[in-house]
Amino acid sequence: MNAPRVTPTRSAFAAILAKDLRAELRTLQSLPAMALFATTTFVIFRFGLDRTSLSGSLASGVLWATLLFAALLGVNRLFVAEREEGGFDAIRLAPIDRTALFAAKAAALLVYLLVLELVVVPIFALFFLGSAAALAPLALVLLLADLGIAATGTLISSMAVHSRARDLLGPLVLLPLVVPLMIAATGATEPLLAVGGPGYERFGTWLAVLSLYDLIFLLVGYAVFDFLLED
Amino acid sequence: MYGKGLRPLSIATVVAIAAAFSLVFFYAPLDADQGFIQKIFYLHVPLAITALIGFVVGGVFAILHLRSGDRRWDAYSYVSIHMSVIFGVAVLITGGIWAKASWGHWWVWDEPTLVSFLIVFLMYATYYPFRYAIEDPERQARYASVFAVTAGAFVPLNFMAVRMAESLVHPRTFATANGGLPGEMMFTFLGCLTAIALLWVTLVKLELTAKSASGQLKRLRRALDAPAPGAGSRIAPEVS
Repeated sequence: MNAPRVTPTRSAFAAILAKDLRAELRTLQSLPAMALFATTTFVIFRFGLDRTSLSGSLASGVLWATLLFAALLGVNRLFVAEREEGGFDAIRLAPIDRTALFAAKAAALLVYLLVLELVVVPIFALFFLGSAAALAPLALVLLLADLGIAATGTLISSMAVHSRARDLLGPLVLLPLVVPLMIAATGATEPLLAVGGPGYERFGTWLAVLSLYDLIFLLVGYAVFDFLLED
Repeated sequence: MYGKGLRPLSIATVVAIAAAFSLVFFYAPLDADQGFIQKIFYLHVPLAITALIGFVVGGVFAILHLRSGDRRWDAYSYVSIHMSVIFGVAVLITGGIWAKASWGHWWVWDEPTLVSFLIVFLMYATYYPFRYAIEDPERQARYASVFAVTAGAFVPLNFMAVRMAESLVHPRTFATANGGLPGEMMFTFLGCLTAIALLWVTLVKLELTAKSASGQLKRLRRALDAPAPGAGSRIAPEVS
């Protein structure tokens, strides 16, 4: 007997990721909205705080709150197409490892977040920061935090999309879940954006916490995602 | 079948709680620094420990449910988390009272244990809207279990992150090498912990019994072909 032919996970992953990115590129459903939302939020913070320049904890708070809420827009839409156009059924029928879907969706979300930050973090620096000296080390913090948001966001979004109140439920469950991530990200960012140029107080420790968070929730996602697709 | 042993367990709980509180008021010495208000420690800390362990227990039941597919484990997981959330409300209230009495504020932000507990509580408070927004009962049970596992992994991580971010004001009673508590206080505390843990187990068992009874009633009604009064309860997984 021939063993049933199974598509290798790597090519399944690449195919789903390419499909997602191509769909986003053609429809532009998520990214422009996320970038526009973040930019407008910066403007609101400028008047809400009545500051024209920010530094330290205020700067890191504004940056992370804005990025997180912009990310929620992307998280909410992540699985909508799969649900509405029957993508889930197709994945279930396909002879592939289901975790490929988790990995591909998380990678797609990571790409969205990186592109979003590529656009809005320079805008943030232009609006509020005197110099761009902190941007290079900040990129590392952004990358690690994005990985965490991608892991938890994909997991929660894939469940929320099957519920009655999906737009409500995703953010509701995701926000408390990313609190530790935000604590570490703001903790690392605060000295970077301090008045007298970037500082690195406890920078390594916070990066370690971010990495630990990423690792744990990537593993949890990998372990439980199979159960979310059963039907 | 869930009702079996409920009566002796309840009696044991009542006795344990009565004994523990007599210890608190008549045996344990007054705290030299905080005086009488320190007695709330014997309620606040056992409640918190029981609630946190209850969340973890709910996560373990959830793993059992995912592995075996047996819906009974989901009911166990649901009731564990449900009871721990209720205990969590009590923890936040007693913590606030203690903070007001000893630090002068109802809420103190630079105090990691209280803040961590609040975040964990908020996380588990979303369990209910999450669970009941999913209509298909089988899917609901599965997703609730995934939530319980994810949140279980989140609890220690959150405690670590908050502790690193905050200064150290909260009395960490057990952090010192030799326990930090004098013998009589430690004995009283362990008695209270046992009593509160027994209370948790009894309440979990009681709720499971109630759910199983109403589930059986519903099945009997259906067998008799009589319509149940009101639509079926959405507010709980059914227990067989």
